[in-house]
Parts: sequence; C-alpha cells; structure tokens
Amino acid sequence: MSDDGEIVVVGAGMAGLVAALRLAEAGRRARILAKGFGATHLSGATIDVLGYTPAPVMSPAGALPAFVAEHPDHPYARVGAGVVEEAVGWLKGHLTDPRYVGDLGRNFLLPTAAGVCKPAAVAPQTMAAGDLRGGGPYAIVGLPGLKDFYPSLVAGNLALATTPAGTAVGARAVEVDLSPGGRVDAGPLGYARRFEDPRFRADFAAALQGRLAADEVLGVPAVLGLAGAEQAWEELEARVERPIFEIPTLPPSVPGLRMFTVLMAAARRAGARVVIGAEVVGVETDGYRVRGVWSGTANGRRFYPTAALVLATGGWAAGGLVMDSHRVVREPVLGLPVTGADDGAARFLPGYLDHHPLATAGIAVDRWLRPVDARGAVLYDNVRVAGATLAGAEPWKEKSGDGISVATGYHAAMSVLTEEG
Amino acid sequence: MEDPVRASLDHCVKCTICETACPVAQVTPLFPGPKYEGPQAERFRQPGASADHSVDYCSGCGICSQVCPHGVKIAEINSRARAAYKAEVGAPLRDRVLARPGVTGPMGSPVAPVVNRVMANGPARWVLERAVGLHHSAPVPPYAPRSFQRWARSHRRGAGVHPDGRSVVYFHGCSTNWFEPDLGRMVVAVLERNGVQVRVPDQGCCGLPLQSNGLFEPARRTLRHLAHDLAAGGGDEPVVASSSSCGLMLKREGREILGLADEDLRAMGERTYDICEFLLDLHDQGALDTDFRRLPLRVLYHAPCQQRGHAMGTPALDLLRLVPGMEVVESAGGCCGIAGTYGLKKEKYGIAMAVGEPLFEQVRTGNPDVVACDGETCRWQITAASDHSSVHPVALLFWAYGLEL
Repeated sequence: MSDDGEIVVVGAGMAGLVAALRLAEAGRRARILAKGFGATHLSGATIDVLGYTPAPVMSPAGALPAFVAEHPDHPYARVGAGVVEEAVGWLKGHLTDPRYVGDLGRNFLLPTAAGVCKPAAVAPQTMAAGDLRGGGPYAIVGLPGLKDFYPSLVAGNLALATTPAGTAVGARAVEVDLSPGGRVDAGPLGYARRFEDPRFRADFAAALQGRLAADEVLGVPAVLGLAGAEQAWEELEARVERPIFEIPTLPPSVPGLRMFTVLMAAARRAGARVVIGAEVVGVETDGYRVRGVWSGTANGRRFYPTAALVLATGGWAAGGLVMDSHRVVREPVLGLPVTGADDGAARFLPGYLDHHPLATAGIAVDRWLRPVDARGAVLYDNVRVAGATLAGAEPWKEKSGDGISVATGYHAAMSVLTEEG
Repeated sequence: MEDPVRASLDHCVKCTICETACPVAQVTPLFPGPKYEGPQAERFRQPGASADHSVDYCSGCGICSQVCPHGVKIAEINSRARAAYKAEVGAPLRDRVLARPGVTGPMGSPVAPVVNRVMANGPARWVLERAVGLHHSAPVPPYAPRSFQRWARSHRRGAGVHPDGRSVVYFHGCSTNWFEPDLGRMVVAVLERNGVQVRVPDQGCCGLPLQSNGLFEPARRTLRHLAHDLAAGGGDEPVVASSSSCGLMLKREGREILGLADEDLRAMGERTYDICEFLLDLHDQGALDTDFRRLPLRVLYHAPCQQRGHAMGTPALDLLRLVPGMEVVESAGGCCGIAGTYGLKKEKYGIAMAVGEPLFEQVRTGNPDVVACDGETCRWQITAASDHSSVHPVALLFWAYGLEL
C-alpha cells in the first residue's frame, strides 16, 4: 500500500465515520460509500465500552484485560485493550458540541427512557448529571405529546433502584404545560428545533418555576437542540438553578444526530469524500487484494479504484450480514465467510434473551482486522473489517457496541496507515 | 405488489433516519415528514382516495431516498402520491404554466425585453402574486435575448475537434436555452477544448417540472419526446447534460417516478452523463486537458440535492481542485429550498427560504468570490438569497482554460 491511492470506506455508521476521519486527518484520501445513513441516528450517543461481563463493570479499563483473556475471539481481543482506550480518547477530542466527559477508568450509570441505568464510559456533558451514583433525587420532566417518553415510567423505575453504594434513590415525574397549539411535530426532532430558540427555553424554565424541590436534579428528554446543544443546556441549568441531564429518547435520537453531524463535518473538513445513496454492488479483486469497488448510481454503476478497503457495513440489522429465506448466510460486499452462522442455522429460539448463535456471528479477522478464513489465513491483504460486522461480540448484552465500533474503526485506519510505514 | 417502487415500502423499519434528513419537515409542520407521508401513509392509499393534501408540501428533493439505509423509495412514493392527489383535485393554472418551460420559453423569449421588465417590476410582481400565486420575491431569471438553440444552429465545430473523434449529444435543458445560453456555449467550448465533438439536436423539455408538479401524463409525453429528439440523427453517443436535475430525469426519474419502461429511454438513460461526471471520466482516462491557467478565486461548491441523487460523488469538486490557485470549499450540504418550481409559489416561498437559510448563512459568512453549483434554480435561489454570484462549475473551467465567448 505504498501508493497514494484513495481508500474506500463502506458504511457511514460509527465505525465507518471513525475510520474515514482518522484516515483523512492522517492526510490520506478517504471516500465513504454508503447505501444510506447508519445507526448513529438511532443511538443514545453515549460511548459504552464495557458494562457487563456479565457481572456489572465499574471500570472498563480495569475489566478489559481479563475480559479480553476470557474472550479471545472478541473484537477487543483483536485490537487490544490499549487501542480501545486510545481510540475512545481520540474520539472524545473530536466531539465538541456537546463536549464529552468521562474515561475508561469508571462507568457512568445513566438513566434511559425506561428508567433503567446504563453503564457508559464516556457521555455527553449534557447527560452526566444523571449518574445514578449521585443518587438523585430526580425530577423527571416530560413534554406535552412527546412520543415514547413517559416521565412516570422513568421516575417509577428509577425509584426502584439503589445506588452502587446501596442507598435508596428518590425520583418523581413532573409534567409541564407548554401546549404548543396547532399542528406541530411533537417528536424529538420537533422539540429539539424548538429548544434552539432561547424564547422556548425561557418558557420551559418558567413553566418549572416553583415546581421543583431544592435538591432535585432535573432529567429531561434528550431534545435540548440539535446545534448549540451545550449552550442551550448551560443556559437552562443557569435558569433552573440546578443540574440538568438529558435522557436519550427512542429514535430519532437527537444526541445521535449531533454526534453524526460533528463527525461527518470533521471528516469532510479533513478532506474525506462522502457519497450517500451509493450501495456497493461489486468488487474487483486481484488475487488477495481488492483493486476497487463498484457502487450503484442513478443509471448504473461507478468504479472506485482503492488502495485499501474498510468494510463497516454493520451487522444483521444494517444489512452488513444477511440471511436469506433458505437460511443461507452471507456477507454481501466481498462474500466473506460468516463465522458462527452455519447455513440452515435456527433463526428463532424460544426465549427472546436466550443465547443465540447468530448473536456472535460475523466476520473473523486477524489482529490487523484483515478478514480470515476458518483456518486463520488472511483472505484479502488490503481489507479491514470494523464495527458490528465483526464476529465474537454480543454488544447489547455487554454494552460494548459503541466501544467496538470506535476501537475497530480507529484500528482499521491505523492498520492501513502503518502498513504503509 | 409487483411494482418495485411501491413494494420497497415493505423494507421500511421505521428507523426515522429519513425524518432527520428531510429539509422541509425541519422548518414547517405543514409537511409531516417523509416516513409519515411515504411508507406509512402509502399503506392507506387506495386508487381514487388520496391520503392528505400535505403531500403537496414535499419539495421532491429526494434526500429521504438517498439516506434510507434500507432502500425504500420514499421520495418516489411521495411523488406518485402527489400525482394521484393532483389528478383528483386538479392543479392550479400557475402550476400548469410553471411546469411547461418548453412552452413558455418560445413565447417569452421573442418578447424578452417586455417580459423581463414586468418580472423585474415590484408592483407588477405583487399583481402576479395576487392573481396567480407566484411569490413576488421568488427568483425568476430574465429571458436571454437570443436562445442557445439559435446560437448552436450557426455554431461551427471548434478548431482541434476531429470529426472522427469522440462525440457527444448535448442535452442543454430549458434553462440553458432560454435563460443562460452562455452556459451552453461554455459547455460546448470546454468539450471542444478536449477534442470532443458536440452535437446539439433541437430539443424540448425533459418533463421534470411537470413531474414535480404532479402532472405525470404530460410529463411522460414530454420526456418521451425529448428522448426522441436527442436520438434523432445520431447513434448511441453519450448524452451529456449540464443541468443535474434534468439529467437525472433521463438517468432514473423517468423510470422510477413516472414508471416509464420504454427500452430506448432506458438505454439512453444508461449513456447519460452529467457534464462534470463526463469530464472527470475523461480525466481518469488521461484525456482531459489540464492546462489550466491560475485562477485565484475562493469558491464555495454546493452539490444540489438532485446532483447527489446521481450517487456519482462530487465530480465538480474534483475538477475544480485541478485549477491552480483556486481555493474550493464544499458546502456543509443541506438544500437551498427552491426545488425547481416549489419555492416560486406564494404558499411555499417562505418554506423554501427557511430551508435554505443554513446554506445562505454559510455563503454569507464564508463570503466566497463565487458559489459553484450544478443546478440552475439552486443558483438563482442562492444568489437571490445570499447576494453572492453563482455559476455552474463548468464556467470556472471555461475561464481557467482562458477561453472567451
């Protein structure tokens, strides 16, 4: 890879964005080709590195060495604990609006829209005050008509929790009367746009006047503006004279959209090219190297020569891994072997949360994230696989999805860059 | 459901990604968003029973379909729903006139001085707004004194173009013909500079304004007519378009939105190129003359929504970066709001301006020497709203070659 050719990154989710940004800021020409936007828009936008092993994890940095040793096929084992920490630190430096706080030394326990606390290593500053270790007491405020956000559900479940130190948690729900009137979008996006208006923020604060006890921490749905969220949050904290924290909502996720916007803008500024709506429909290979990819256009297909390819197409939900009606599994871009999912494997098990073999299925890779076959032989020298396409993880049980995407997206880029040495 | 466009709605997982990207729903509650209007409402639509007048507030920019990770043809579904709605309730006279630049052009052009004076006259524009609903501030360009077609008929092949060399058919579109003939001359000159022979058959409208106003039957007739005109007297040379939105009609929208399955139209669509795409392909083949002179300009390049719909990347950006001295910055995306004829309408002008505001703000604060943009109505909108001049990227290449009209 000594030539100065373009590097194609397939996928515009977290792993693809991280890889493209890292490559572009290192001075390489990077091009994202993506069928559409990725799961950032659905994400709560906290960086969850490791939450359960299945025992609750207080410190991801502390737990990672043993976790990696016990899970030799896990993506974290491929990249190493040190890279996970380095990648998350690098990402934090790029997330500017809002800024992110925390590190791998200690997990936050942040309330979700179900009122259950989720372990996250790094989180937007606008969410940090919700940390369960503070113990509340919480006042959870709802907004009129906001879909899928029920403050009494959040508060009711929070009130059942105890802090890690074992103390009881106080929580109650508060409804404000901010009847917008007329025909409005009462979803997270509609509210986010209204919170960008200082007058609406003033109305919101006024509606809470006299409704809160002196020691209560205020939890709000994560809709405090798309752009300028940090400023809106700081201003609101000053107005209501207490800590405020955002709680991620069901999609569309405003914090996820903020994160996507910041990363995409950074990648473009660094010189990355981005083509959205361009599904990769074929590749040209040269023995053990990919020479270029074909992507679908309005009237056919277009060829992009590539010095290296980063595959960040996501897992089953995103279409990076596919099972057809005959239960034949495949990886659609390169036709890589899918480890852990034999053709004809059961699709359904009796219990929703049972361990399912497909959960850890994906693409097996070496320590440079190059795809390998069943015997561990590298299939393509200049391909790197990152994110949810990788085999070996159960992110929804481990609470590791963002950490895996960030660490492997970063490592994929570094691996391409260093191989050129 | 055999129709692949309508059947694509079954791939919708309600992830709401399209909702986050829709430029119109961001600024007005009159349009409930692409997911609600598209895959959701479509399930309830029956022949003869249109869902909701709100579908008319879709600007047709197509961003929703581009960003959908599951391949749902959201914009296409909504365009068809608008046509069904218009077929039921009828389209106003204004829309039927705006939708036919191929008819109004030949009428307006001969009396250009009169029409232009009326359209530049404040009180007259108020009267027009009251009478037909054309917003008084909407960016309407003046007619050129001489159409591009008239120039092309008397144009002699440029020096250095070998008659047996590479040749293309130039699909110039209505705006080049009636409003911006100089752009057409620049396209021809840049192609000829690269040894490409340019054939300019007599041609009409592509039907895009009819399609976006929900008038599908005349749109189909118009597009078929165009394909016939472009094919006349030629073989299967590439068709090169300098309007990114009209080029997209040939490439895809005639098929996917209007549902035309004609074999000759499909074949022509496959050999259609956006002008910048064509030039960049020449460059990739080592066949583009890159002997540009220094042009020390600060340029903001904005890829229009319809240009992004080609899914061909940003060839204009790659071309402009070949020009020494030129400092090119890409806009942060977004839509200018105009969407062809959408932003000209009294009831939609305010929406279009609000949609475009982040882009206009970027132009004002970046304060480039010039904005480069592949779409004509987008250029007019950007210039009117930001008070910065805007040109087609090919105009910059033309100047960088040191060519003159």
